[in-house]
Amino acid sequence: MHATLSAEARLAALRDEVRRIHAARRPAGCGVLPFGIEAVDTRLADGGLALAALHEAAAARPTLGDDCAATLFLAASAARLSRLQGRGQVLWAFIRRDLFAPGLACAGLNPERLLYAECRDDAECLAVMEEGLRHGGLAAVVGEVSRLAMAAARRLQLAAEEGGTIALLLRRWRKAGADPLAAPSSAVTRWRIGCAPSAPLPFAGGIGRGRWQVALERQRGGPPHQWLLEMPDAEARLALPARSGDRPDQAARAA
Amino acid sequence: MLAGPGGGWRPGARWARDAQSQDFSIRAGGGALVTTMREGNRNLIAAACPVARSLGLEPGMALTKARILVRDLDVRPADPEGDAAWLARLGLFAARRWTPRAAVSGIDGLWLDLEGVSHLFGGEQALCARILAFCRRLGMEARIAVAGTAGAAHALARFGGKALIRCPTDGEAEAIAAMPLAALRLDAEALATASRLGIERIGALASMPRAPLQRRFGMLLLTRLDQALGRAAEPIAPIVPEEPPRVTLALLEPIATAEAIEEAGGEGLRRLVPLLAQAGLGVRRLALICERVDRGAQEVTIDLARATRDSGHLLRLLRARIETIEPGFGIERLHLVASRVEPLGPSLVEGELSGERPVPDLALLIDRLAARLGSRRLHRLSALESDIPERSVGRADLLSGGAGWPSWPRPVRLLSPPEPVEQVLSVLPDGAPLRFRWRGRSYRVAAADGPERIFGEWWRRPEERAAVRDYFQVEDEDGARFWLYRRGDGEIPAAGDLSWHMHGVFG
Repeated sequence: MHATLSAEARLAALRDEVRRIHAARRPAGCGVLPFGIEAVDTRLADGGLALAALHEAAAARPTLGDDCAATLFLAASAARLSRLQGRGQVLWAFIRRDLFAPGLACAGLNPERLLYAECRDDAECLAVMEEGLRHGGLAAVVGEVSRLAMAAARRLQLAAEEGGTIALLLRRWRKAGADPLAAPSSAVTRWRIGCAPSAPLPFAGGIGRGRWQVALERQRGGPPHQWLLEMPDAEARLALPARSGDRPDQAARAA
Repeated sequence: MLAGPGGGWRPGARWARDAQSQDFSIRAGGGALVTTMREGNRNLIAAACPVARSLGLEPGMALTKARILVRDLDVRPADPEGDAAWLARLGLFAARRWTPRAAVSGIDGLWLDLEGVSHLFGGEQALCARILAFCRRLGMEARIAVAGTAGAAHALARFGGKALIRCPTDGEAEAIAAMPLAALRLDAEALATASRLGIERIGALASMPRAPLQRRFGMLLLTRLDQALGRAAEPIAPIVPEEPPRVTLALLEPIATAEAIEEAGGEGLRRLVPLLAQAGLGVRRLALICERVDRGAQEVTIDLARATRDSGHLLRLLRARIETIEPGFGIERLHLVASRVEPLGPSLVEGELSGERPVPDLALLIDRLAARLGSRRLHRLSALESDIPERSVGRADLLSGGAGWPSWPRPVRLLSPPEPVEQVLSVLPDGAPLRFRWRGRSYRVAAADGPERIFGEWWRRPEERAAVRDYFQVEDEDGARFWLYRRGDGEIPAAGDLSWHMHGVFG
């Protein structure tokens, strides 16, 4: 019977089966966090960022600008979730003390939603994240680490499933040559965020809304993809650029 | 014997508190100080210092009159609530330090029952000298009278005119005979009647027949007289200092392992929690003190974000700290002290009847993380009223949350300290940079916004009086956004040296 099906159809059937297995393992009642942008949500296997799961993001290049873009991407995701839950609390575990709270508030993560945990090293940061995830009362747990062993990622994923809380992990570059997303991990989605030039304003002077090249490097149960998105506004919403005729992915699809 | 420290004049306790660092002696300053209160639409003198009294100023005098009589009068508002709180604190101190039976008397005195305690301090004289010295160190002038009755002590302390008066046994009647009637704690009406009848001294009153006195004055006058002379009892209601709830476990055998300490701590908590529940209290700080065989003591303390009586939660926090205890040759006694408590009523048990998932309490997580990281490293931030970015962020309460900032664009990461930027090409006075060099790399600016001018805060540091920072938000050709500032406005040299700095990155 299988011989009658084409190779592609069999592949699709297998993918469906894998998706069902994954869906059965996820605790009931846990939803997803949509981006609110149709072009993005339809490309994600779950229709958004799955809650009760680990998601990773890293800067596209080892520059401070891209690092900040990845930080804001996670901050905006956590803020959207916090806003969905009314006054959900977000725990942010960090090591380097360079976060600027007013900047996070600009991306919708207001100070009354955010608890900071200052950690000494990656191990402590992961332990704090795990504690926050298992507690189950937080909207999201964000962490910043540079090294992450496969076993540690697995622990975080299990803690996230147990507490039903989303884990957002910022993988920071340690040095220029060492890509933080090079090694495999058990994260459900892995993102790579880079700055992109904004559209010039029609008048001289001033600066428009910033843009990012958002690449979904890997996702469970779906193919990778990338988009050009605009930076989050004060309510943490990302957006597609208004005039998007020259988007690289669109051009590829048209061809 | 009863002693009543007190005096006609106490410097307003509030000023003594506020000005502890500077010398608060009036004599050195030479100026006259009075405190004032409002009565109707008149400002009256509430209390006057000895210098002011020597110049003829009296409590109750109108302030306008006092100002005419004395030039350069130092006038401050009276603070009766502050004085009362201070006096209550002093009373509590006396109850802890000197005698178990101490009470506040009126607005300006304390009763101390010295029965059976003076020998602990080397006799009455030594104890009184000690109390006087203590009050002097606090910046107060105290007067003490020791007498067999509360009434006599009250009268002698306020009208005796000496810092220390010790009335001989059974000598009260004689000692207060020459005192004015005001010393008997009478109301103004009774005093006025007595003065109309020509009764001035207590001695004269005591020798008069009692029946006509009672008809004219009522019972109060005779009661006060009897109390002063020891014919009527006058119990005092002593201040009871609050002891923190505590539990002590004496162990049969010394213990040394972490498991055994944990077990004993759990037993202590099982005894402490009912005590707290009975008193309606919850713990905010719990100390576990371990007494070792060699008389050394080890202490671990846990702080809680919210008052709690949950023994499981407390034990979990204690367990994380127990390994820091060094048991030495063994621990033979354990104390659990709830050193900070807050009222805590009964709470509802989370039920699953409604079918909702109960939301776990955030305070439990905060306690656990604070126990792991230390309370300094777990925080919530809040806006401070400052435009200078470095000063605009402060810590806030962990549970209640902080205030937000005005919605100006701000970078997500801030460089501390700001890093110098070189080879900047820009147009004075207010042009954005066109090109700059930072961390060994050249950047060409594609778009820029600014300036946002931030002025120095001259009220903090005088050097900042003319200082100006002009902030620009710039985007380079790759789309990375930076927050740069230039010191100075390009017009006045005092505003800054026109150097450029990188302060943050937007992403």
